[in-house]
Amino acid sequence: MNAWRALLFAVLLAFATPQVQAQVGTDVAPLTFHDAAEEARFHALVSELRCVMCQNQSLADSNAQIAFDLRREVLELMREGRSDAEIKDFLVARYGEFVLYRPRMEASTWLLWLGPALLLLVGGYVVARVVRRRATARGPVPDDTTQEW
Amino acid sequence: MSEGRSNAARFLPLAIFFALALLLAAGVWLSRNPNREALPSPLIDKPAPQFTLPVLHEPGRTVTLADLRGAPFVLNVWGSWCPSCRDEHPVLTRFAETKRVRMVGFNWKDERADALRWLDQFGNPYWLVIADIEGKSAIDWGIYGAPETFLVDANGVIRWKHVGPLTDALIQGELVPALDAIDPQGRKGSR
Repeated sequence: MNAWRALLFAVLLAFATPQVQAQVGTDVAPLTFHDAAEEARFHALVSELRCVMCQNQSLADSNAQIAFDLRREVLELMREGRSDAEIKDFLVARYGEFVLYRPRMEASTWLLWLGPALLLLVGGYVVARVVRRRATARGPVPDDTTQEW
Repeated sequence: MSEGRSNAARFLPLAIFFALALLLAAGVWLSRNPNREALPSPLIDKPAPQFTLPVLHEPGRTVTLADLRGAPFVLNVWGSWCPSCRDEHPVLTRFAETKRVRMVGFNWKDERADALRWLDQFGNPYWLVIADIEGKSAIDWGIYGAPETFLVDANGVIRWKHVGPLTDALIQGELVPALDAIDPQGRKGSR
């Protein structure tokens, strides 16, 4: 049993990579919601926002102190009667476009949004050309005496 | 099909290989900055966020952004809980000793007693320390991890920001030139 515990500890330790930037380690009381609708709206909103500290987690998933603070701020803004868009604007004004998991359609992001469709179009064009060429070039294989390999 | 065309087709895989290699090399080149995860602040060249925060050493006294107007200042975010702030401390102290600019400490989400003990133990490089226990003002400034350092000009506009510990090279290479640009007459260190 002790060996298992030691192994578990070792695994946990391996995942606890040190960070250059520090975080406060204090515990914060969990947020309380007035009703289920508020809770649902809150969870939908924070899962679309990125944690600025651990950048591959959403605000909903992150345990970083700043994520606690931002979640509390989001709930307070909701209670002030701000819309989801206003809350996102609030965070973008302070932390930049980066906090949005779904970036807005802008001059700097149109390639990001339309890139896949563009690639699909280019790929489709190439495939269509290849197919058409093969269709016209079909026939008996020519006896190629210049072939060296 | 002409001979020239099939020759070109033969080199196509090689061309694709080099194009991919170039793409990957570009990715490596773009990630050369060790601080690449630092978020660019949208607040650069914008008015600094307003705040009203207590002074760490005199909890009864509060300071607002307007109180700091008239000359540039450096705002350095730190906490006694932050190990990198301790690494940064000697660098900050060396820079503070040049008396080039007012150094304002932003004590973030800290316990007052811990913060005071930290300054006692390592020395206080700051001209003034304000305390944000709640972390509400920190959100307005877009702060997400200590240490962070801002340069604010005499009109209260944020001119420069660095996320992560300062180094002597960063101060000489970025902070001082930014300071020279906004405050040429302060260059002699008369303050």
